[in-house]
Amino acid sequence: MTVWCLVELDGDAVADASLRALTLARGLLPDTAAGSGVAAVVFGAPPLGDLAAYGAADVYVVSGVDGYAPRAWARVLAGLLGPAAESTGAGRTGGPRPAVVAAGTEHGNEVLAHLGAITGLPMAANCVAVSASGGGKLDLVRQRWAGLLLEEAVLDAPAALLTVATDAVAPAPATAAGAAVVHEISAAVSDADLLVRAVESPGGPSGVSLATARVVVGGGRGVGSAEGFAPLEELAELLGGVVGVSRVVTSEGWRPHSMQVGQTGTKITPDLYLACGISGAIQHFAGCSGARHIIAINTDASAPMMTRADYAVVGDLHEVLPALVKALRDRV
Amino acid sequence: MEILVCVKRVPTVGGAITLTADSRAIDTRASGFAISPHEECAVEEAVRLAGRFGGAVTVVSLGPAEAEEQLRGCLALGASAAVLVETAAGAETGPMATAAALHSVAAAGAFDLILLGNEASDTGGYQVGIRLAHLLGWPAATGAKAITVADDGLSLLASRSYRGVTEAFTLPLPCVVTVKEGINLPRYPSLPGRLRAKRAAVKRIPVAADGPVPAGDFRMTRLRVPDAPRKQATVLGQGSAAVPALVAVLAELGVIS
Ligand SMILES: Cc1cc2nc3c(=O)[nH]c(=O)nc-3n(C[C@H](O)[C@H](O)[C@H](O)COP(=O)(O)OP(=O)(O)OC[C@H]3O[C@@H](n4cnc5c(N)ncnc54)[C@H](O)[C@@H]3O)c2cc1C
Ligand SMILES: Nc1ncnc2c1ncn2[C@@H]1O[C@H](COP(=O)(O)O)[C@@H](O)[C@H]1O
Repeated sequence: MTVWCLVELDGDAVADASLRALTLARGLLPDTAAGSGVAAVVFGAPPLGDLAAYGAADVYVVSGVDGYAPRAWARVLAGLLGPAAESTGAGRTGGPRPAVVAAGTEHGNEVLAHLGAITGLPMAANCVAVSASGGGKLDLVRQRWAGLLLEEAVLDAPAALLTVATDAVAPAPATAAGAAVVHEISAAVSDADLLVRAVESPGGPSGVSLATARVVVGGGRGVGSAEGFAPLEELAELLGGVVGVSRVVTSEGWRPHSMQVGQTGTKITPDLYLACGISGAIQHFAGCSGARHIIAINTDASAPMMTRADYAVVGDLHEVLPALVKALRDRV
Repeated sequence: MEILVCVKRVPTVGGAITLTADSRAIDTRASGFAISPHEECAVEEAVRLAGRFGGAVTVVSLGPAEAEEQLRGCLALGASAAVLVETAAGAETGPMATAAALHSVAAAGAFDLILLGNEASDTGGYQVGIRLAHLLGWPAATGAKAITVADDGLSLLASRSYRGVTEAFTLPLPCVVTVKEGINLPRYPSLPGRLRAKRAAVKRIPVAADGPVPAGDFRMTRLRVPDAPRKQATVLGQGSAAVPALVAVLAELGVIS
């Protein structure tokens, strides 16, 4: 029985989301199997130190696929999983069964969905906890509604295909490092598997600065118009931050979608989120609950954003923000 | 260009998610229903492409009889045909069975392109589009934030950004593409659109009883709302009178020196 983990790279290092995937994957190993460990699968140069620290007993380094080609990556995983995945129904053993774990990223979810389609196995996206429930079954908890709701489920399949939520499982190194024995394998893939592949180019529109900003000044319907954002932008600049917006703002066309915070926008993790004229719908919270501190400015003291913030100012943002900007400018 | 768009009826949850007594579903007695923002964008993208290349947009949903409401909403935005694969009320259909049902509709037509959302906003399975593509034997791209169809209509470029890098995928048609909100700004339904949608016929077909036998079973046992840290907001004051207190908090948080 093997627990495979598809490891993504971020530059030369293991991507943070994959460290979380490795952490959850280790939990699927039976305690009894001494010396067993996760088998990491890497398309690229493996960061062996990190992989060992996170408990990888084996590291499969795949060659023959140039760059990101989701179906080809899935085909390689299907090959490693082998016939184990095909035994349906009565053929299943009662003992621990193999698993393929990946990060709940665009790549991880996409590759595992392909693997699910190739093998006919169920795939559970964005898991936050997994444990054996006997008879080879798994009890798992996964995110719905971008984490606003949790689903408890039982998976009874010849092999488990799971991705791990990027914001729920904390990455933790293994208590004992893995041997990280390298196995070079070449991909057995067809031309059809390689048909869809990523051509990469730098930059482009992305939520990067929003996702990593230390201060985000948020604006919602209460801002009232595209022009109404002037004081928010001025404040963001004074605080060394960026402006983020609610979905109402992007639907109205006041600001582009790349600035949207929330379930279908960007998840932010600033030290301070200053939410102005935003009611605090749960889909918005799905994107800003990672903020360390929240200050809300709203005319309605009972808006969810006001009651769930750390600090609240009851008032018209068009009055408060210019006064705040002036006060900050007067300080220097 | 014949385009099929797959849309799912989901509850519109606003301030909080409330569950039914058995904790197996969202209590929708007080909520409305909608399709996900990603799917609204998929419909908009399809209508724009059909406008440029000619052809029609068909929308399909697997769901209860009431999902007709969401299909009519799509007709009002410019889709010209709608198919409802009807399931029993209250039944939750998993991604594999959903893909199989959508496949039966897709295979019965002559589509050049099938658009879906990247993920359903309720269950967030992240897989129906890819499973559908495999059933059809078509290539797939996911999470597209831009789609550019070649002038000859034979291929398209789907792109997105990932870890600060733009990834572009070239796919021959026919193909499946899942899209994300932000790919376009969906229009509001026009009055003539709404009137047309009201009169249009929605084709209803029952869901096939004997789907493919899956190689494993995934079963939801219970839903649970995660505990939110309960905070008690400190009110700093009213209007601009609160500014000195606000400045003090900014200094305390280390945001200003
Ligand atoms: C599947 C799905 C996904 C979604 N994804 C997202 C997402 O990613 N991001 C997102 O933001 N939303 C998302 N939404 C939409 C979300 O449900 C809300 O509709 C949206 O967040 C509301 O935006 P808002 O707070 O700006 O507007 P409103 O809810 O209208 O709130 C406006 C607030 O401004 C206050 N206000 C008005 N005037 C002033 C003033 N002059 N000064 C101060 N305050 C004032 C009002 O009191 C009110 O609280 C999603 C919805 C669904 C169904
Ligand atoms: N019941 C359904 N009816 C029609 N389309 C669906 C249904 N469920 C999922 N889809 C489509 O598949 C996409 C991805 O869903 P999922 O893989 O379940 O997250 C959704 O955004 C829809 O476009």
